[in-house]
Amino acid sequence: MKKLLSGNEAFALGAYHAGVMVAAAYPGTPSTEILESIARFDDIYAEWSTNEKVAMEVGLGAAYAGVRALVSMKQVGLNVASDPFMAASITGINGGLVVIVADDPGAFSTQNEQDTRHYAKLSKVPMLEPSDSQEAYDLMAVAFEISEKFDTPVLVRSSTRISHSKSVVVTNRSLVTSAKQASFKHDVEKYVMLPVHVRLRRPLIEERLVRLTAYAETFPRNHIFWGELKLGVVSSGVAYQYAREVFPNACFLKLGMTYPLPQNLLRQFAEGVERLIVVEELDPFLEENILAMGIKVAGKEFIPRIGELNTGIVEEAGHRAGLVAEPSRRKIALPQGLPGRPPVLCAGCPHAGIFFVLNTVGQRSKLLDARGKAEEEGKLIITGDIGCYTLATYPPLRAMDTTACMGAGIGQALGMEKAGVGSKVVAVIGDSTFLHSGITGLVDAVYNKAGVTIIILDNGTTAMTGHQDHPGTGISAKGKKTEAVELERLVRGVGVDDVKVVNAFDMKALRSAVRSSLDNTELSVIIVRGACSVRLRKRSGHRAVDMDKCDGCEVCLRIGCPAIQKLDEQVCIDATLCAGDACTICEQLCPKKAIGPLTAVGESK
Amino acid sequence: MVGMGGQGIVLASDILGEVALAAGYDVKKTDTLGMAQRGGSVVSHVRIADKVWSPLIKEGEVDLLVAFEKLEAARWSYYLREGSVAIVNNQSTPPLSVSLGTHRYPGDKDIEDTLKRWAGRVCFVNGTHKAEKLGDLRTLNMLMLGCVSSFLPIDVDIWKDCISQRLSPNILKMNMAAFDQGREEMSSANLR
Repeated sequence: MKKLLSGNEAFALGAYHAGVMVAAAYPGTPSTEILESIARFDDIYAEWSTNEKVAMEVGLGAAYAGVRALVSMKQVGLNVASDPFMAASITGINGGLVVIVADDPGAFSTQNEQDTRHYAKLSKVPMLEPSDSQEAYDLMAVAFEISEKFDTPVLVRSSTRISHSKSVVVTNRSLVTSAKQASFKHDVEKYVMLPVHVRLRRPLIEERLVRLTAYAETFPRNHIFWGELKLGVVSSGVAYQYAREVFPNACFLKLGMTYPLPQNLLRQFAEGVERLIVVEELDPFLEENILAMGIKVAGKEFIPRIGELNTGIVEEAGHRAGLVAEPSRRKIALPQGLPGRPPVLCAGCPHAGIFFVLNTVGQRSKLLDARGKAEEEGKLIITGDIGCYTLATYPPLRAMDTTACMGAGIGQALGMEKAGVGSKVVAVIGDSTFLHSGITGLVDAVYNKAGVTIIILDNGTTAMTGHQDHPGTGISAKGKKTEAVELERLVRGVGVDDVKVVNAFDMKALRSAVRSSLDNTELSVIIVRGACSVRLRKRSGHRAVDMDKCDGCEVCLRIGCPAIQKLDEQVCIDATLCAGDACTICEQLCPKKAIGPLTAVGESK
Repeated sequence: MVGMGGQGIVLASDILGEVALAAGYDVKKTDTLGMAQRGGSVVSHVRIADKVWSPLIKEGEVDLLVAFEKLEAARWSYYLREGSVAIVNNQSTPPLSVSLGTHRYPGDKDIEDTLKRWAGRVCFVNGTHKAEKLGDLRTLNMLMLGCVSSFLPIDVDIWKDCISQRLSPNILKMNMAAFDQGREEMSSANLR
């Protein structure tokens, strides 16, 4: 059957057809839809795990128990999960364990651009790379076979352009593998990694790598497409698609397995062509490994190592390498001077109010220059975290000083305080992020007597990745009711005395909570609670501006609400965006009381 | 297809892809989304041919630009091929930088001139207004698809089948009316 599937949907369907029994993940762009898609299959146990480390451990446990398990995450998720992942490499598995990691070249939605292929080498684990949705589907069955045949977890590398592209997939029901029954075979030398057992396992891992390298030589998805012998291109993943367009007549060695590499096949290919190049996204991973074999090859000399590739970039590179004529396309001048449309906090966002307060209390608009720099320390230092709220870095809210990785803001706040900064340090973190990796930081803050304020922004969902549930919501990945972890009980339970819970849309309450926490020299936690506005089912009472009362002070514009717009010197509220009664922040802030429900204000604009 | 998060562009381009597949073509489509759920710039690339390699369209090779908002139309105009067609929804949504006064929203003439540097034809559609009149602004994406259908050699029944498969029955009638409205807009513009 032919279907148009995204890479992520294809991974899920392929894994289902490969007999996966257990799937675990933490949401992260561009990997999120893998678990969302797999959760729809009734006979698979699928969960949103608290974080990627737990997801990996769940997958590993299932694999030890003899069933096939799938763990998926974005590239930085593997940093979080790297400890159990490295352990999985040394213990091996029983049922197949496949780990899909989605890279983000171009950093569309990530704090870095790391290339996951290095993890394959580090962990001595094979890595497969699909170049479209069909391969994403097909490679799942292959990955599980390799995993079980070689007693190893298998990495599958995706990227934004594989995960978030749709292409035609022909599914093959005859390949469907039935799921295995769980049965754990006790084997302490394999599963208990005491040093003495590690020493027993180490040679097995090296032997496994040798056998995998031999397997790579005849692996059918490492394939040579012979063409004109003047040029040979080694490529994998989506880069292969761009290269095929730019060099339509060249020879191609398309690698479906990018670690370990098939030495003999590469040598045979290199000898068959006059000139050899590698077209790969991000780091020169293939290039360096091929060079290490003593094969002459070029790549990053021409192909950028930063950012996402596309056909135009590969064509330009091909021209620099003297391989194709100067691109015939006309010079394209970018439209100059157009205002950008960066992502913003949505209208009715429960994060807007608290950041407005932090902005004003910290006098941030005065403090920071146009590029967000200041020579002097401000009244507040705000350590931030990963989530929609990171957008509060931008004007007009400008209320974030750091963002590193999930959960980092709390530890950073503690470090700054202990280092002796003169200002009060506030850590800001979302509910899902807090549960992911903020709890250990909070415990550290209690234990080491921090004097910082931690603000947990509880919008009851994992918003930025598309509203996935998490342990705080009381709903499972399968949409079933489950236990909810109550944040205030958790925070009090680890020993925080000053805990306030505040309505995210009550500006007075927000201001007084922040003031009182800042005055407290001991550790304080504010939980700011309000539902994500994107999930509002019914909107009512959208606000409007009474032009007779409005004096153009523009306080409302400082909320950064996209519904509040100024065109032709007039402030107006876009009724299609306004969250209305659910929010009312602008109405509370307007000094002239010029904002109210449309019915009260009338159609005065 | 370009516009802003929340305008239903991803669904519209999904359906366009499914229509092309049902009509027997190879197709690839990909979305470039910003970080947030709403309000950021959104771009969907759809490539339809006998065989498609890259999912991304090369700059200067867009045959049909479907813009759900005018500033976004101008922003992506450099992707247009010479002699291409741009369908532009007559909607101006100023980004925050315009409301805050640090940037200026371009005038209609500037936008049209920018597009006409490459486009052979620019069709402005009062899509937002018409969708609102049909009873729901969210039908804008189907209205724009109706416009698109006027330019592709694919039977209208295939379009309607694919739309019916993707939308839930309770909103189908209104969306189908929007699709027809889009087709009408293009036929009244006497384009074919």
